[in-house]
Amino acid sequence: MVVETDFTDNILTAKLYGEIDHHKASSIRNKIDSQTESLRPKELHLDFTGVSFMDSSGIGLIMGRYRQVSLIGGTLKVVNVPKSLQKIMSLSGIDSLGVLK
Amino acid sequence: MNVVNELNFSFLSKSTNESFARATVSAFILCLDPTISELSDIKTAVSEAVTNCIVHGYPDYLGIIYINVKITDTNKIIIKIRDKGIGIPDVKQALEPLFTTSNDERAGLGFAVMQSFMDNVKVRSKEGVGTSVTMEKTLYRTSYDKR
Ligand SMILES: Nc1ncnc2c1ncn2[C@@H]1O[C@H](COP(=O)(O)OP(=O)(O)OP(=O)(O)O)[C@@H](O)[C@H]1O
Ligand SMILES: [Mg+2]
Repeated sequence: MVVETDFTDNILTAKLYGEIDHHKASSIRNKIDSQTESLRPKELHLDFTGVSFMDSSGIGLIMGRYRQVSLIGGTLKVVNVPKSLQKIMSLSGIDSLGVLK
Repeated sequence: MNVVNELNFSFLSKSTNESFARATVSAFILCLDPTISELSDIKTAVSEAVTNCIVHGYPDYLGIIYINVKITDTNKIIIKIRDKGIGIPDVKQALEPLFTTSNDERAGLGFAVMQSFMDNVKVRSKEGVGTSVTMEKTLYRTSYDKR
């Protein structure tokens, strides 16, 4: 299991686990997008607590979900980013989207 | 500067091998006692280069990816990752942050990550022949004890 979802108070939380690379990204994307489309949450939270590794495929995943949830009028929050991922997060400039919490 | 240890391996360009490749390189350099952040930088850079071979080098077919890792007596790690795929028509443009030819949710950050996580990155490519990426990083903490 690389992603676990929860829907409470109109917030869809996707908890991500393990290593996020190009191989893993597509199944994570499919799961989150199908839930986003059916539940139409006000907020989508991507929780990175359990992520031990991520490359630029993870950045693509975040930017893609940002677009996806914006389409239905929701907002994205990226939460609980471990220290080890802060370097790639800041390099990507996604904090300028205002999603990092 | 002398090479004190060397690893060569090659594998099919399947996406399941992305984690295999970075774990293998990481296991090989563990003898240098890298810090957690050095190890994480190297794994990330390897993952970027290997993913590029899989996604861009061999877009609609499988090919072979070749990895060579050298460790020198000056604590330098030299990693060369090569494919015999379609090649890059304009390397300078490909290296620009956010440049991507993919419409598949890619950020265009792979080369930017390699350049910022490693000390030095060289890209050689020829259309129809393939691409090779050579990356170097000198580890800070320990010295290789002539084992
Ligand atoms: N091995 C390769 N073979 C052919 N083209 C390549 C190769 N590596 C990179 N490229 C080209 O260089 C471009 C930039 O690569 P880079 O890794 O920076 O971004 P990306 O792979 O498109 O996106 P990301 O790495 O963020 O997922 C690619 O879009 C592709 O056109
Ligand atoms: Mg890439």
